[in-house]
Amino acid sequence: MAVVFSKPKSLTDREFHYCPGCPHGIIHRLVAQAIDNLGIEGRTIGIAPVGCAVMAYDYFACDMVEAAHGRAPAVATGIKRALPDRIVFTYQGDGDLASIGMAETVHSAARGENITIIFVNNAIYGMTGGQMAPTSLPGQVTQTSPYGRDVATQGYPIRICELLSSLDGPHFIARVAVNNVKNVNQAAKTIEKAFRNQVEGKGFSLVEVVSACPTNWGMTPSKALAWVSERMIPYYPLGVFKDADEKEDRA
Amino acid sequence: MSEKVLMKGNEAIAEAAIRSGCRFYFGYPITPQTELAAYMARRMPKIGGVFLQAESEIAAINMVYGVAGTGKRVMTSSSSPGVSLKQEGISYLAGADLPAVIVNVQRGGPGLGGIQPSQSDYFQATKGGGHGDYHLIVLTPDSVQEMADLTGLAFDLADRYRVPAMILADGTMGQMMEPVVLPPERDAAVADKPWAVTGTENKRPHNIINSLYLAPDVLEKTNDERYARYAEIQAKEARWESWMMDDAEYGIVAFGIAARVAKNAVTHLRQNGIKAGLIRPITVWPFPTSAVTGACARVRAMVSVELSMGQMIEDVRLAAEGRCPVTLCSRSGGMIPEPQQIIACVERLAKGGK
Repeated sequence: MAVVFSKPKSLTDREFHYCPGCPHGIIHRLVAQAIDNLGIEGRTIGIAPVGCAVMAYDYFACDMVEAAHGRAPAVATGIKRALPDRIVFTYQGDGDLASIGMAETVHSAARGENITIIFVNNAIYGMTGGQMAPTSLPGQVTQTSPYGRDVATQGYPIRICELLSSLDGPHFIARVAVNNVKNVNQAAKTIEKAFRNQVEGKGFSLVEVVSACPTNWGMTPSKALAWVSERMIPYYPLGVFKDADEKEDRA
Repeated sequence: MSEKVLMKGNEAIAEAAIRSGCRFYFGYPITPQTELAAYMARRMPKIGGVFLQAESEIAAINMVYGVAGTGKRVMTSSSSPGVSLKQEGISYLAGADLPAVIVNVQRGGPGLGGIQPSQSDYFQATKGGGHGDYHLIVLTPDSVQEMADLTGLAFDLADRYRVPAMILADGTMGQMMEPVVLPPERDAAVADKPWAVTGTENKRPHNIINSLYLAPDVLEKTNDERYARYAEIQAKEARWESWMMDDAEYGIVAFGIAARVAKNAVTHLRQNGIKAGLIRPITVWPFPTSAVTGACARVRAMVSVELSMGQMIEDVRLAAEGRCPVTLCSRSGGMIPEPQQIIACVERLAKGGK
């Protein structure tokens, strides 16, 4: 029988613990596929966050490190400085990267560390059961914004790509989504580019992946994907926010 | 390589670290350890090493965690308020069994405190400091020479036991200049570390640096395994100096700058006809319990001399096991006890006072 579909070899055989309908599985696959395509599994070191992807260290077949909440970019900085010929990536959620780890995110970007960051934005804290995230939308109901996020008292969501692209340090900043086949294909290309940039020594590359959390949004998986198109993407527009390659081309 | 040079304690630590094969340093400015970071900033780029001024002490300790995970020798330094910020990362280092060296050039606290010398982070350094069941190996130099010597030892012990080690110094040790014989240059290639994350090269299963164990029985096993190593460290690595203790009737326990003042006091007391002696812990974790317990069976009283409101005295009392009275003689907030204060304290005890 012909094999028509297989798992990237950069993923282990461990079963994912993610909820039904959670896009983390797709995003893990895209990351592993990029690593496979570039043939870098043997020299890649990944860093797992605190959040739903905390056990990503069991899923990626490369060497892995579990970081403290928000500190993955600092840990990645240490590893990359110690082993400059290794490929170092972090995989982080919105609470991890945009709230508790904001300083590490901004400063690793400002230093232009030659690392790759995969930032999964699902507008909620999933692991702890659905609290308001720094990226929760205005009016969004969560466990800690039960009457909807009130911007007067709870502030506005943070657009990470727009914020980081104002810095001189980063090489590549882009936002993708995984809510339909077209967007998944685009995400695959963008994630691979973010890894290739590091292989080519170009510097800090971050890909924000607009994701979904059916469980904590209280929606069916298909309704959650519709919510991504209708509510998330209008607030978090997809595209490339910074690409130093293009700047060089224009110059 | 045995030339004697005049150096500040902070600089002696930095140079000794480099000579012990450390090529990675991450820090954040804070008084009174600044010279250490400045020295690293000058030296590291010249020898192919890394100096990085992090955005915070939190980031610095997590960069240390990253390098330690790759198996390379790495150091960070700070002073009391900054070391408090590092506690989360130190707990993770301990939980992931990563060797690294952390330097605390202590200043007075709590809070922002002051910038004068102190030993008031003793509890934090020896009893954990961060969350969870763990210990650091804690070394306490009393001279610029020991600042250098104990730094090399800290790296060796950290590697041998996969336990983070701390140099618990104070502002005086950091700032004072003394002649020092620096250790010889050693190769950066150290102990075999098959657990390190270096890339699998597709030749071995992946290594994972981690402190998360959701199954409680598994987490308990990792703690049991770590505490077996701690027991070995307690049995083998306690270090102390016993000074004029053989015939002593009054014992003093003091480390770091307090021990130097105490030696002065012991000399004066003996001139005055009171047989005093000093036990100087060189490691405060493991605490030299057996030395103190043994001495407590022979002396009339023991005095804990500290630059704090009384922290090490708890370990002295535990070691005394009720064999003799234990008294505190201390200053805090950045003040240093004078020999006269210690002499008066021991003389009071000799007259039957408390």
